[in-house]
Amino acid sequence: MAFLSAHFVAIVFYVLAVLAVAGGVGVITFKNPVHSALSLLGTFLMVAGLFVLRHAEFLGAVQLLVYAGGIMVLFLFVIMLVNVRRLSPDAAFLSRRAPLAVLSGVVFGALIAFGVLAGSLGHPGGGATALQMVQGHVMGNTEAVGWTLYRHFLVPFEIVSVVLLVAMIGAIIFGRKDAGLEGRGGRMEP
Amino acid sequence: MWADAIVTLIKLAVVIGVLLTTVPIMVWVERRGSALIQDRLGPNRVGPWGLLQPVVDAVKLITKENLIPDGVDHFLYILAPFIALAVALSTFIVVPFGQGDGLTLFGSKIHGFIVAPDLNIGILYIFALAAFGVYSIVIAGWSSNNKYSLLGGIRSSSQMISYELAMTISVVGVLMASSSFRLDQVVMAQTGTWLGFIPKWNVFPQIIGAITFMVAAFAETNRLPFDLPEAEAELVAGYHTEYSSMKFASFFMAEYINLVTSSALIVLLFFGGWTLPGLTIPHGWAGAILSLVIFAAKVAFFLWFFVWIRWTLPRFRFDQLMALGWKVMIPLAVVNFLWVGVAMALGIL
Amino acid sequence: MTASRTETTMLPQPQVDLLPKEGVVAVEHGVDGHTVLTVEREHLLDVLKSLKETPGLDCNLLADICGVDYPERDARFDVVYHLGSLEHGHRFRVKVPVTEDDATVPSAYGLWKAADWFEREAYDMFGIRFDGHPNLKRILTHEAFHGHALRKDYDPSQRWLLTEENLMTPKWSTGEQKNDDHLDTQVLNLGPSHPATHGTLRTVARLDGEYITEAECEIGYLHRCFEKMSETHGWEQVIPYTDRLNYCSSMINGVGYALTVENLLGVEVPPRAQVVRVILSEFSRIMDHAVCLGANLVDLGALTNFWYFFQIREEIYGLLESCAGGRLTVSYARIGGLAHDVPLDFEEHVRSLLARIPKFIDDVDKLVTTNKIFRDRTEDVGTISGEEALAWGWTGPCLRASGIPYDVRKAYPYSGYEQYDFDVPVASTGDTYARYLVRMEEMRQSLRIIEQAIDNLPPGPVITDDHHVALPPKEKVYTEMESLIWHFKLIFDGIKVPAGEAYGFTEGANGELGYYIVSDGTGHPYRIKVRPPCFAIYQAFPHMLEGSLVPDAIAILGSLNIIAGELDR
Repeated sequence: MAFLSAHFVAIVFYVLAVLAVAGGVGVITFKNPVHSALSLLGTFLMVAGLFVLRHAEFLGAVQLLVYAGGIMVLFLFVIMLVNVRRLSPDAAFLSRRAPLAVLSGVVFGALIAFGVLAGSLGHPGGGATALQMVQGHVMGNTEAVGWTLYRHFLVPFEIVSVVLLVAMIGAIIFGRKDAGLEGRGGRMEP
Repeated sequence: MWADAIVTLIKLAVVIGVLLTTVPIMVWVERRGSALIQDRLGPNRVGPWGLLQPVVDAVKLITKENLIPDGVDHFLYILAPFIALAVALSTFIVVPFGQGDGLTLFGSKIHGFIVAPDLNIGILYIFALAAFGVYSIVIAGWSSNNKYSLLGGIRSSSQMISYELAMTISVVGVLMASSSFRLDQVVMAQTGTWLGFIPKWNVFPQIIGAITFMVAAFAETNRLPFDLPEAEAELVAGYHTEYSSMKFASFFMAEYINLVTSSALIVLLFFGGWTLPGLTIPHGWAGAILSLVIFAAKVAFFLWFFVWIRWTLPRFRFDQLMALGWKVMIPLAVVNFLWVGVAMALGIL
Repeated sequence: MTASRTETTMLPQPQVDLLPKEGVVAVEHGVDGHTVLTVEREHLLDVLKSLKETPGLDCNLLADICGVDYPERDARFDVVYHLGSLEHGHRFRVKVPVTEDDATVPSAYGLWKAADWFEREAYDMFGIRFDGHPNLKRILTHEAFHGHALRKDYDPSQRWLLTEENLMTPKWSTGEQKNDDHLDTQVLNLGPSHPATHGTLRTVARLDGEYITEAECEIGYLHRCFEKMSETHGWEQVIPYTDRLNYCSSMINGVGYALTVENLLGVEVPPRAQVVRVILSEFSRIMDHAVCLGANLVDLGALTNFWYFFQIREEIYGLLESCAGGRLTVSYARIGGLAHDVPLDFEEHVRSLLARIPKFIDDVDKLVTTNKIFRDRTEDVGTISGEEALAWGWTGPCLRASGIPYDVRKAYPYSGYEQYDFDVPVASTGDTYARYLVRMEEMRQSLRIIEQAIDNLPPGPVITDDHHVALPPKEKVYTEMESLIWHFKLIFDGIKVPAGEAYGFTEGANGELGYYIVSDGTGHPYRIKVRPPCFAIYQAFPHMLEGSLVPDAIAILGSLNIIAGELDR
């Protein structure tokens, strides 16, 4: 019991972490795309849990709101519309892309490693309160995120929003092919 | 520590108990209310005024055969109603339902009538969970292996995403005005009056936000005129066509619990929560109970409002619904928060 | 003036010199006021074409196509066309005799689209082939059916089993999809058991998202051989079957049938019976419209209005029950009048209904007519032009919603409709909203008619005193020898309708309800063909669906008021 209460945070962390990784593995192993998508959703949930564990409730909520509530629903939406029930186990398709997969895996791993290292070097004292500090006062995660985003990183933030806007416009233009439906008062001429 | 845990558990039990009892009450109100509106009698055989009808209904649903059709995705088919109910029940833990500051129970502070008082993201948590609630419908629609269910699920996912945006943006104004995500602080910011008689409720300065929020709440709870995911006439019963017995009942209960949560949110965000103009709620248990009663009365009004609207309006068509969401509701919500920002900068609010 | 249409002169006659000559074997004048042309098959299309296109004839309405079987004749089948001109009012019956070995006639689909399903029905029932028909296959019976049910030599005791393999599947629904860039096309079955079909109708639709790109209807689920059964029943015994045609307004069907037989018999209906028939028919019309609009509104999610309308229906049922004993299927009309007189409180009852019904109509009016959601759902949905509607053979409120003011009660008054002052509501847009508005107004106009009728309800008998047709009163049977003999003869032999044929048509709740009756002078009808108004309307439905959304399909279907009992017979 004493062990449990002393290491409560650590235990929860490892449980969440293992489940998150398991979700990730599920994404690539499930044959059914809907199962894969839901498994990815599980990963997002666990990551949200990890954020909350670090007292980054805002990030946790946003993680749910944006990834679970928005992006994954769209994934599912597309999968359901296409209505693929099973992916055919096409080994050749996968093996031909194996080198590419390894390469991108390595690059991604390196990026993560770099990020972790840089993070631990840059904030040596980064404890639980670091995500709630605003100008030296503890105020809460939301405020902290707000201050950081709109004070320190305002320009990158705006650049990112422009990039997203471009992506959005691009998506609309691509989707425009059958958007002719809309142009005719929502009715398709037979 | 243990006392804290027990107090939290008691609060949790009370919240879940109240929510689950509200369901049969709402079913009765819905049936008798619709009968009243429609010039009919409604259920009046079981118990006085048919009050026990929901109980009988519940017994019927529990004892019905638990049917799983062929060709469904077993795991997801069973999971979907659980998600619906779990999400519906857990959203309420950040909703304060009365003034309980400074009260103690078993020598432990009860930290207000709210299950999770320390969760400072408050309303954001509700939105996050509500976003998660879409999955119950999408998964139910997909796993049922029925075209009508699938259409219902697809409709639902796009509808929920669209109206979530309007809903979230329409709340921004309120959060700005009370500068907190916590709903009890949102209520605190609404005490007092302007000019001595207009209650300082958010609905008055932010009428546009209140309307968009309410419309979005109708859409998020899949109630008429936005009940397209289960549009009876065209999609049979939409995403829950293939569900029966308790699995159907879970969707049904989730819908009514969401209704309660939505009504509570409308009251808390825009209608001053448990405050009444010209009434100072005393501290202590008497005040706490008074605030509970006021809050319950306000929520009850909006619950009735939901019922009233349902039996008055026809249903939108899907493209019209989407057009309304994207082209009317979201711009209006943005106008609302721009107005609040300007008003705050000018010092009016 | 009492019996409006029992004399041939009551129907306008065409100019004789305009009639086509070539290929026309005989020109006669029917007892029903129709000009009857017997035509050689080779010249059929020319004759039909000149009837349709000659100025002065202008037969723009193809009311009906049917077959008649005369096994003893060399040319065994008659294919019978009923045509009419809305402009001039004259009516034609075109008959084409064909032999059994070569039972083929050219299709009239190119002239009137209305021929589509009528020809399919004639093919299904008699095996008459129509050259050039776009989709000639069975319609009322199923794919696994053998033989042709209305031929006199068909043995009705045969049973045919339909298996799933034989189920109707349109070619396009199994083939490749047309538009490859849309992944989300699927085939959806709306019905036969679907909450919005309000009856057993099946529509197979190919969807692109929620847009319908192609559709086909299958009917016949409620086919119960009404026409075949009639041939083995006495003339009176057919009346209960007519109740089951459009069961929402059964009174109108019975009256329509009785009028046609009375026309053949040349019997006069006493004035009191005529007025009561009008009153109850108009109440039935109100009921029918109320059910149609109520169901349509339910499909749009407005359940409350449904209950308001059903309250009307319930109260009218009370009246019908007090008169006829039955509620849904009244069987109240009789050949020559009515089954028995109305109850003593009839007038009072009618007046109380007249006072109560407008309230419900007004309530719905307030809730719905200007409601933005409702208008968005119905305006510009399922639009059909008057010309197009007429080409499909539409009549009744749906045609009037497209701007063509054709109402049998005004154009060819019967049962004394010419005495009543009422308007024929017309809308111009031809969409679902227009059909709603027309039906709403028609209910009010019906109330107007009833009000005038009840003010002038004459006393007197309710059935003719012609004892070839109607039983003498019971007390006379017990006391007078002659009446006893009449009674005996009628009970044993039944009514003997003189040999001949007539097409009688009345304004049913859905439009022109026609009965084409052939009698060979025996105690049974030789052939009865019903022209159900919604049969013609429903055949346009799949074509209206193309390009609309699934929810629109539901809204359109509701507004057409397709009654399966009448459609499938």
